[in-house]
Amino acid sequence: MDKAWAELSWEEKRAKRFERWLSPPGVTFANAQAEKVYKERVTRFIKAFTLEKPDRVPCIIPTGFYAAAYAGTNLGEVMYDYDKMKMAWRKLLHEMDADTYVPPALVPPGRALDIMDYKLYKWPGHGLSKTTLSYQAVEGEWMKPDEYDALIRDPSDFWLRTYLPRIFGAFKAFSGLPPWTSFEEIATATFLPFGNPEIQAGFKALMEAGNETMKWIMAVGEVAAESLAMGYPGIMSGLAKAPFDTLGDTLRGTQGVMMDMFQRPQKVHEAMERIAPIAIAGTIASVANAAAPTIIMPLHKGADSFMSPKQYETFYWPTFRKVVMAFVNEGIFPILFAEGSYNNRLDIIGDFPKGSVAWYFDQTNIFEAKKKIGDKLCIVGNVPTSLIMTGTPQQVKEHCKKLIDGCAPGSGYVLAGGANVDDGNPENLRAMMAAVKEYGVYK
Amino acid sequence: MSGDFINLLADLKEEEVLKLTKERLDAKEDPLKILDDAREGMSIVGKRFAGGEYFLPELVFSGELLAQVTNIVKPHLTGEGVQQKKIGKVIIATVAGDIHDIGLNIVDFMLDVNGFEVTNMGVDVPVEKIVKAVKEIKAPVLGLSGFLTPAFDAMKETVEALEKEGLRKDLKIMIGGGQMDDEVCKYAKADAYGKDAMAAVALTKKWYGVE
Repeated sequence: MDKAWAELSWEEKRAKRFERWLSPPGVTFANAQAEKVYKERVTRFIKAFTLEKPDRVPCIIPTGFYAAAYAGTNLGEVMYDYDKMKMAWRKLLHEMDADTYVPPALVPPGRALDIMDYKLYKWPGHGLSKTTLSYQAVEGEWMKPDEYDALIRDPSDFWLRTYLPRIFGAFKAFSGLPPWTSFEEIATATFLPFGNPEIQAGFKALMEAGNETMKWIMAVGEVAAESLAMGYPGIMSGLAKAPFDTLGDTLRGTQGVMMDMFQRPQKVHEAMERIAPIAIAGTIASVANAAAPTIIMPLHKGADSFMSPKQYETFYWPTFRKVVMAFVNEGIFPILFAEGSYNNRLDIIGDFPKGSVAWYFDQTNIFEAKKKIGDKLCIVGNVPTSLIMTGTPQQVKEHCKKLIDGCAPGSGYVLAGGANVDDGNPENLRAMMAAVKEYGVYK
Repeated sequence: MSGDFINLLADLKEEEVLKLTKERLDAKEDPLKILDDAREGMSIVGKRFAGGEYFLPELVFSGELLAQVTNIVKPHLTGEGVQQKKIGKVIIATVAGDIHDIGLNIVDFMLDVNGFEVTNMGVDVPVEKIVKAVKEIKAPVLGLSGFLTPAFDAMKETVEALEKEGLRKDLKIMIGGGQMDDEVCKYAKADAYGKDAMAAVALTKKWYGVE
């Protein structure tokens, strides 16, 4: 981006990104009709996100790994068989009317994880039964309490020599490497460790994992391109996390980070400040070439049941807001996905410029949220996952009507599930689209 | 000394609690009395959690304090401690296919400080293992935990297996966690859904017929 970009206001930057979303470079639409509905759908989201009145309430159908079960396969299979993955996701693409489409980018390449001996997650057939519908993070102290200083001093060094050897079995020997930052002028000692066959095996594994992931990305890209050509916009060009969650999810673990809040609070703050700019830069880069300027931030450990409002304001909110505002200032539109409930956070979380972010609620009382922040920020949600998975289409549709009646007035609302649905009656998902069409039209 | 100790522990004053533990041992106080006081402090923590004054970080930290106190006291114990009298048994488990245990452990903690003998089976517990535990431990209350949607069916299958074994009619089953709610309770044919650890305690007390 040229210098002029840096001088634009956040609204101007976002307007440019929205233009690009409306007319994405490199996309060839299947026909004029596909292009027309694509633009209609993108416009619908943009207007709802920025509190203008769209033609009707947009809808995000919560199909995480649903495509797999829908096509008669499962996550475990499609993680290893990309043809099957394409088949399943294309079937859902062609058979489910929607305002947006989520390509299988969140289905990871199983063989790449195997090659690296990935320890941070369990997935079907690898720590979980073959037919389990999701993968799950392994909670643990992946970073020890006395390692804060190492992380803060040099995150890259900490990653390469301490953290990655723990989460990738293939990198185990990397814990014996000297620092890569060397001031040696005629390099000799710099080369020496890489003569070690165990270190070399780590690099070979990484290259193989890279090759495998190239195959995977081709398959994902094929489906993504097809969905765009058919006129379905994406709304998730990147993911980002709150620094507290990065610490609590995959570094110290929930237990660890909560002890640290008492035993070394200053280190927790310093570490989050160190993590924030890295999280910001990574996500901005991932959005650069995408069509949609929207990202999702799944939020975990700031929920009502995890900490007090005061702890939230002290530990969670400051660096989280900093990260979000960095995206906003780059013209990116963050969708903040509040997992669990945020009923005790509603007086805090509205503190963003008007129309700059959307709050996506899981179990929060969304009508209260509408009252407290709805005139300032778009709200998204929240048909209960349990209802979609176990109820009838009629029950789902009625619940959607209730949500639309309470949240749609004045704009700034997107109908969505509470969390992703992995299995169940497809008619329950279709009932969500039927509801927005029947009850969600703005006059 | 004992009252200070209880309150310091309940207030999570790490340094003071540990210092006082050592002082009490040096003054030749009965180590069992110190552990009893520690339990009382923990029960105040439980009450504060139930009252919305404390949250998960305080529970986690109080657990750490208790472990530290116990570690200091243990070498001074002579003979067997007297087991605290418990109201009754409860089995809890996170169902098959789910490896989340944060909520499970809070329920464990709250049931324990409220006087129940808890068998915590951990995460990803297969149906057969739960059936076996119910048979052997003969607890009249079973708590099933789950965070993600695959738990819906795992809970249903667990309840069905207990039915098939003829163990269901003398057993009360509560469910809780992440995406669980009353809909899932109906779907899984459990007896009740509890939205948090306090609800788990209230249900268990109700089923035991204690206040």
